[in-house]
Amino acid sequence: MQLDEFFVTGEPLIYGGMVAIALVTSAILFILTYFKKWGWLWREWLTTVDHKKIGIMYILSALAMLFRGGADALMMRTQLAFPNMQFLNAQHYDEIFTTHGTVMIIFMAMPFLIGLMNIIVPLQIGARDFAFPFVNALSFWSFFFGAMLFNISFVIGGAPDAGWTSYTPLAGAAMSPGPGQNFYLMGLQLSGIGTLATGINLMVTILKMRAPGMTLFKMPIFTWSTFITSFIIVFAFPILTVALALMTIDRIFGSQFFTLTGEGMPMMWANLFWMWGHPEVYIVILPAFGIFSEVIATFARKRLFGYNAMVWSIILIAGLSFLVWVHHFFTMGAGAFVNSVFSITTMLIAVPTGVKIFNWLATLYKSRIVLTVPMLWSLAFIPSFVIGGVTGVMLGMAATDYQYHNTYFLVSHFHYVLIPGTVFACFAGLVYWYPKMFGHKLNERIGKWSFWLFLIGFHVCFFPQYFLGLDGMARRIFTITPEWFTLNFISTMGAFMMGLAFAIFVYCIYYSYRYSEREISGDAWGYGRTLEWATPTPIPAYNFATVPQVNTHDAFLEMKEKGKTTFDEENLEPIHMPNNTGKPFIMMGILFFASFFLVFEWITLAVIGLIGGLVMMIIRSFDYDDGHHIEVDEIKRTERAARGL
Amino acid sequence: MSENQLNAGPLEYRTHEGQMNITGFWIFLAAEIALFATLFATYAVLFGRTADAPSPGELFQPGIVLVMTFLLLTSSFTCGVAIHNMREGTVKGLITWLIITIVLGLAFLGFEIYEFVHYSHEGATMQSSSYWSAFYVLAGTHGVHVTLGIGWVILLLIQLKQRGLTAVTSNKVFIVSLYWHFLDVIWIFIFTSVYLIGMVV
Ligand code: HEM
Ligand SMILES: [Cu+2]
Repeated sequence: MQLDEFFVTGEPLIYGGMVAIALVTSAILFILTYFKKWGWLWREWLTTVDHKKIGIMYILSALAMLFRGGADALMMRTQLAFPNMQFLNAQHYDEIFTTHGTVMIIFMAMPFLIGLMNIIVPLQIGARDFAFPFVNALSFWSFFFGAMLFNISFVIGGAPDAGWTSYTPLAGAAMSPGPGQNFYLMGLQLSGIGTLATGINLMVTILKMRAPGMTLFKMPIFTWSTFITSFIIVFAFPILTVALALMTIDRIFGSQFFTLTGEGMPMMWANLFWMWGHPEVYIVILPAFGIFSEVIATFARKRLFGYNAMVWSIILIAGLSFLVWVHHFFTMGAGAFVNSVFSITTMLIAVPTGVKIFNWLATLYKSRIVLTVPMLWSLAFIPSFVIGGVTGVMLGMAATDYQYHNTYFLVSHFHYVLIPGTVFACFAGLVYWYPKMFGHKLNERIGKWSFWLFLIGFHVCFFPQYFLGLDGMARRIFTITPEWFTLNFISTMGAFMMGLAFAIFVYCIYYSYRYSEREISGDAWGYGRTLEWATPTPIPAYNFATVPQVNTHDAFLEMKEKGKTTFDEENLEPIHMPNNTGKPFIMMGILFFASFFLVFEWITLAVIGLIGGLVMMIIRSFDYDDGHHIEVDEIKRTERAARGL
Repeated sequence: MSENQLNAGPLEYRTHEGQMNITGFWIFLAAEIALFATLFATYAVLFGRTADAPSPGELFQPGIVLVMTFLLLTSSFTCGVAIHNMREGTVKGLITWLIITIVLGLAFLGFEIYEFVHYSHEGATMQSSSYWSAFYVLAGTHGVHVTLGIGWVILLLIQLKQRGLTAVTSNKVFIVSLYWHFLDVIWIFIFTSVYLIGMVV
């Protein structure tokens, strides 16, 4: 293989990307070396098994991915702003919509939510870490290296270009030769391992590590949504694993699952993909619902209305999410009966979702609302998401879907659910729990600017797209004709408003780091209801010096009324904690190289890499490291300092 | 973790950590069921799509498959005996029965490899048609699982030699036994829905 086949050449934009990568990497290397931070990086972050730190790494990576996916989006919108634009050619446009979709769903939305779960769920249930802290670190590094593998594709080897859905036969070896599509397959496979492991980990954590007295129906609602999401992960991700593996075997080893030869069945891919894919969209929306429920209850200063109905509707949505996948290809020709069945199951999902909407409204009704930034995101979510949901029901009617399918109407629909749903929730959750993570609040004034700009930009960007779709503008086209100009131009303006809002948000992080008042009370907003607010800030490594007894659903509210804390000096005991370890990082690093070799179909090297991974597992099997204890004296010192006693 | 040890009940359940390992592994097995269910569904959809390659009815040999089934079912039984020995606290019995188990597993694998080689000589390879792709990937995934299981048991045998029966080692052995029985169950489905049906259709 020639060097110019290995590196992507000939595209000025991509040369720009290479320069940017080289500059940022050398800047990071320089700073780490100059300030002698390598040891710190290794000890505090790369080897950590602390759920709070792992959560922060998840969120930072997800923000970086939001930047990457957002840059892709802005490039696409620039190309579509005017008729016959020459900014991106067809091939480059295809690559960009593929990486945009994949990055946003797999490497932005999911890790962002998993990051929040990592930090908050153990705190909400009164646990000291995950059930399996080692596996948690493994999950993070699997996501991280999977994301890296996928992201380098645009400078090394060439980006995938068959869409984030990668339909066959287009994505097969005959029509998409070369490493591009393999990057998609291996990047998702590598990070998928971690997602599955996280699902199992969270389930065991929630089942086995709750504080005494916290029955399932006394769990905070975010924990509930995490729990149900983990179920979906456990049953949906293996389907993706198999689908990706089959396509990989097709492409690299010549099997005939999705091919046009050998009686293969290309439509089988669409089925497998969406059997995972539809549950996946609920994996990214249910935790978002959980976050909104927490934020709304907190800032409405009222108990969440209809807690039980909320829980049951989450469960119902999760169950139904496995029964609707065909609505993504009504036009494939399965016939009227099959389409009708899936039409009905699809529309049924609107019912429990509607229940949730009314419960949020009822929580707000006659409450004393505090308009903080997280609350603004949550309030904006309700009407915006309803638009996305209603158009979803329109798409769910099989007969009419023949009109909307593969047009901008669809593009608008899924952005209306993903952005007000998932992205708003990520912002709301990040701002809401920020003081818990970093010891200070984000500046409210700047936060409000970024919120309003983002909200308006979002509607300006995507509302016109419904009408473009109805006017017949197909999705995934790379130039527009003059009759679609006006609405497209407006849409692009909206996209840039969102880009600006994101920049302001990042500035807000910097500004608050410099100037925000340091937070010491633990209950930063003053209205905290659940246990995460009971810990001091900064949260000690062991979270809870003494684990409180839980009697009600709003456990911390009760503690505040009774004047209790998580520092019961009389009843302290040494706390057992796991040790840091570099093995997860090394193991996933090795698998990263194995996957990279497989992308280029260098089989011998790939096998060596795989053996390396197995060797790491063997080493782990012989590892009887039993962790360490934090002694009572040290707990006392930490808690006294944190509580100003 | 190692504190709050219980003093009653089976050894592998005595620590909180051990209990969580077992729960986690059950959930992992649920994910494995989803994985194999997807492979079975793929196989069912692609059934009969043999293109120019021979049909399964022409190739499948009841004799070999019956022997394989017998070997694997027996290995599940010996694995159960091993756990029984573990509960009684006899490390020696445990080790012996685990060794018998993996020997049976190895014999099973030997037959499977022979079978695959034989079919490909007859012109049915993973590349020849979508049906055969599905067959090899389904049966092969099971075979890879068995291989990993054997490797895993070997690692635990070494650890049993080094450390004897403790709350930790017995927990690990118990979990590998769950895995082994699970593979047996999957094989029963492969035996019936792949081989028996393949032979008569
Ligand atoms: C700045 C905000 C965003 C803008 C301006 C934007 C714009 C676009 C555009 C122009 C397309 C391609 C349409 C086509 O030609 O097919 C697209 C596709 C897509 N977007 Fe976004 N997007 C944004 C944010 C997001 C977010 C936050 C997510 C997920 C959480 C997301 C998920 C997707 C997906 C899944 C696709 C489909 C990709 C495909 O067809 O292969 N987008 N977006
Ligand atoms: Cu769907």
